[in-house]
Amino acid sequence: MYAIVAGGGKVGSNVARSLLAMGHEVTLIEQERERFEQLEAELGVVVIQGDATEIHVLERAGIARPPNLVLAVTGDDEDNLVISQLAKEGYSVPKAIARVNDPRNQQHFDLLGITQTVCATSGLLGLVEHEVPEHGLVKLFELRREGLELVEAQVGAGSPAAGKRVAGLALPEGARLVSVMRGGVAELARGETVIRPGDQVVAVVKPGLEQQLRRVLVG
Amino acid sequence: MKAVIVGCGRVGSSVAKALAADGWDVTCVDEDGGALARLGAWHGGFVTGHALDTAVLESAGVADADAAVVATDGDNTNIVIGQVLQKRWHVPCVVVRVLDPARAAFYEERGLRTVCPTKTAISVISEAVQATAGRTV
Repeated sequence: MYAIVAGGGKVGSNVARSLLAMGHEVTLIEQERERFEQLEAELGVVVIQGDATEIHVLERAGIARPPNLVLAVTGDDEDNLVISQLAKEGYSVPKAIARVNDPRNQQHFDLLGITQTVCATSGLLGLVEHEVPEHGLVKLFELRREGLELVEAQVGAGSPAAGKRVAGLALPEGARLVSVMRGGVAELARGETVIRPGDQVVAVVKPGLEQQLRRVLVG
Repeated sequence: MKAVIVGCGRVGSSVAKALAADGWDVTCVDEDGGALARLGAWHGGFVTGHALDTAVLESAGVADADAAVVATDGDNTNIVIGQVLQKRWHVPCVVVRVLDPARAAFYEERGLRTVCPTKTAISVISEAVQATAGRTV
């Protein structure tokens, strides 16, 4: 596989190093002279210096071949968005993955059609919420392109779902229960599974139906 | 007619003043509140904040703006904000300043109205040199 990695910070350099170790072909683009020299000393000719949002720099990196994958992982969200658009729309790169530094900018990536994004802050927040015992509904994973989310709900003693069979729940159209975790053991949810207070229920849901699902499971 | 000017530097502030003098209802947006000073005696609106912040754009009135000019000092910031104004708020006329001629051409082809001062400078300078050289030869 051939990958262009735009941005040689901690994320970009580590990803490039790992891809190289797996035997993939990589070009890493770093703008800043000093950082570039550091990376070049370590990784050699696969590192080039330049602004990865400039078309001639991307072309020098081989964007016209095109690569199988472009990773836009600079510390600047606007740069990552533009790199992804240039790759996908200008050079028909099959896959562009963008790093979102500020989670508030996620909506702009979604709006402008950059569906494959990674945001460390949102991921961390999801994990933190997961650790809070009295949480309601937590997003575990998002399949943006497919329009599906994996969510987890904590069922309490007063929750409407407590004591009911899965088949008897008035789940919204577009939501399905996947598993029920009780005492540290997860079982696949079946129609006859009875939900009890203290259970952690995992469901797949279409975006926008989370509140409806929360009302049914958590209250 | 209502206009929002994003980036109140030399270009943005001058465009804002020209439109206001023409009777437009103009609101400027800039990260630096001090940029207000560039507008002189200003009777239009001014919002301090980053224009990728949707709350900032909304309070500047992009929802019912007839036109928007995006001229911050970052090409990629301008390109992103311009597209967001077109696609999210459907501002009928969006003009974006892009200094890099290659990116300006790329986004122009995709329906973003770009103005590239670099390209203009290149052609004006080339023409000036050729005209002068033509006279002396």
